[in-house]
Amino acid sequence: MLELKNISFDVLEGHQEIGIIRDVSFTIPDNKFVVITGPNGGGKSTLARLIAGIEKPTSGSLFLDGEDITDKSITDRARMGISYAMQQPVRFKGIEVLDLLRLAAGKRVSVADACQYLSRVGLCAKDYINREVNASLSGGELKRIEIATVLARGTKLSVFDEPEAGIDLWSFQNLIQVFEQMRDSIKDSSILIISHQERILEIADDIIVVADGMIDRMGPREEILPSLIGTASAVGTCVPFSGKPASVPKIPTDENGNPIPKKNC
Amino acid sequence: MEFKKLDAIQKRILMEVADLHSVPEGAYNIRSDGQLAARSNSANIEITSKENGSGIDIRIKPGTKNESVHIPVIMEKSGLHDVVYNDFYVGEDCDVIIVAGCGISNCGGQDSQHDGIHRFFVGKNAKIRYVEKHYGEGDGSGKRILNPVTEVYQEEGSHVEMEMVQIKGVDSTDRSTIAKVAKGASLLVKERLMTHGEQYAASAYTVDLDGDGSSADIVSRSVARDKSYQRLDLRVNGNAACSGHTECDSIIMDEGRILAIPQLEANCTESALIHEAAIGKIAGDQLIKLMTLGLTEKEAEEQIVNGFLK
Ligand SMILES: Nc1ncnc2c1ncn2[C@@H]1O[C@H](COP(=O)(O)OP(=O)(O)O)[C@@H](O)[C@H]1O
Ligand SMILES: [Mg+2]
Repeated sequence: MLELKNISFDVLEGHQEIGIIRDVSFTIPDNKFVVITGPNGGGKSTLARLIAGIEKPTSGSLFLDGEDITDKSITDRARMGISYAMQQPVRFKGIEVLDLLRLAAGKRVSVADACQYLSRVGLCAKDYINREVNASLSGGELKRIEIATVLARGTKLSVFDEPEAGIDLWSFQNLIQVFEQMRDSIKDSSILIISHQERILEIADDIIVVADGMIDRMGPREEILPSLIGTASAVGTCVPFSGKPASVPKIPTDENGNPIPKKNC
Repeated sequence: MEFKKLDAIQKRILMEVADLHSVPEGAYNIRSDGQLAARSNSANIEITSKENGSGIDIRIKPGTKNESVHIPVIMEKSGLHDVVYNDFYVGEDCDVIIVAGCGISNCGGQDSQHDGIHRFFVGKNAKIRYVEKHYGEGDGSGKRILNPVTEVYQEEGSHVEMEMVQIKGVDSTDRSTIAKVAKGASLLVKERLMTHGEQYAASAYTVDLDGDGSSADIVSRSVARDKSYQRLDLRVNGNAACSGHTECDSIIMDEGRILAIPQLEANCTESALIHEAAIGKIAGDQLIKLMTLGLTEKEAEEQIVNGFLK
C-alpha cells in the first residue's frame, strides 16, 4: 500500500517558486489497479517521479506499507518494492536487453524466462534478447522493453507512466492484455498507471484525475469514468469518422489465453 | 623454457592479454622479460627471429584459413625497457586471427616499458582479425609503460579488423597506428580504452584510403576516470573514391580529462568522410533508470561503463 500525504513539489523558475504539485494526498491500497489521468502538463509524471524517489517533495510525506519513505533513496525504494516504467525510457550503449532484464530481476534469469517477459509485451524474444538498448531501437520497442523490466521485477508496487505511448495498435491490444493479466494476478501488490486510454481506464478500480498539480477528483471507476468519456483524459483506441469504433484486430491466443506473439518466434 | 614452466603470474597475465589458459592451438611466440619463452610453428605459419635479434617475422602462407597466431608479451622485471619489431607477412587469400597483447606486472621501483612495433603486410583479398590487449598490474612505484606502433599495409581487396583494448593498469601509453588501404580493401578498428588514477593515454590514427572503393571505420570508445588524461587523435585521409568514418565516443568521470581531435582530409572529390566525436559524463537518467532497478549509484555506474566498453 502506498500513501501520499500532503505532497507538494515546488521548483524555482527565475526568482519565482512554482508549485508543480500542490498538496496532493491519495492512497493506492493493496490489490488495487489505479489509473491517473488528466491534461498534459498537469503533474502526472512528476507524481511518478516523486513516488520513485527521483524527485524529493518540498513538503509532505510518502509511506509504503506504513513505513515513511520520504527520505529514502531511489535504490532503497526500488529494493523495498517500487518499480517504475518511465514515460521516456533511457537508452544505453552496449547494454543488451538481456542484461537489463537480469539487472531488473535482481537474480540470474534464464534466457527462456527473459524471453517470456519480452513475449508478454509483444516483442519477438529471439530478435530482441541480444539487441543493445541503444539508439537502434524505435521509441515503441524501447517502451515495451521498459515495461518488460517492470514485469521482470514483479514488485509490490508497479508504476507505469503512459505505457501505451508510441506503441502501435496491435501491440496496444497486446499490452491491454498484459495489464489485464497483471490485474488478475495482482495478489498483495498494486498497480499505478498513468494513462489517457479508455481501455486502461476501463479496467481501473480507482481513477485519479490530476490537473494543474492538484487532484481534480478521484474515486471508483464507476463514479469517475462516465464524466471523462469523450474528453482528452479518456481517449478511445481509434475512432473513425463515422463515430463508430474501429474494428480491433483480434489477438491470437494459446490454450491458456496468453497472447501468441505476432511473428513466428 | 617451455610453456608449462611459466609461473603463476605469467600464466595470469597470459590469460588477461590473450585469453590463454593453456598452450594455444596453432602458431605462437611468447616473449617474457625480453627473451623468447616459447614458440611453435604450424604447417602454414612460420615464426622466425630477426637476424639482428630485434624481433620476429611471422610469415603466413597464401590461402591459410581458420588459423590463429598468438604472440603475447609478458614483463615482470622492474626497470626493463623492451623494444621489439614484429613483422607480419600475410599471404593472399588468408583468413586468420592474430592475437597480440602485453601484460606488465611491475612490483618494483623502476619503470618497465615495452614498445612493440608491429607491421602488417596484408596480401590481396586476405582477411585478418587482430586482437590486442594491454594490461598492467603490480603495486610498485615503477611505472608500467606501453608505446605500441602499428603499421598496416593493405593490398587490394583485403580486410583487416583490429580490436585494441586497454582497460587496466597501464600508467602511460602512447599509441600510434597508421594504415594504407588499397583499392577495394577495408579496415575496421574498434578501440576500447579506460584510464584511472594519474594515467596518461594517447592514441593516434592516420589512415590513408588510397584506392577506389576502399573504406575505413575507426571507432574509439573510452572512459577517463580519476585524474587521468587521454588524447585521441583520429585522422582519415581520403585519397580516392573511398568512404571513411571515425567515431570517438568518451565518458569522463571524476576529474578525468579528454582531448579528442578528429581529422578528415579529403584529397579527392569522390571521397566521402564522416567523423563523430562526443565526450560527456554518464547521463543522469541512465543512472536513475538502473537505480530504479535496485542498483546503487556505484553499481549503476559500473554497469554503464562495462556495457560501454564491451
Ligand atoms: N523539475 C522541474 N523543473 C521545472 N519544471 C518542471 C519540473 N518537473 C516538472 N515540471 C513542469 O511541471 C509540469 C508538469 O509536468 P509533468 O509532471 O511532466 O506533467 P504530465 O506528466 O501530467 O504531462 C510541466 O509544466 C513541467 O514542465
Ligand atoms: Mg507525463
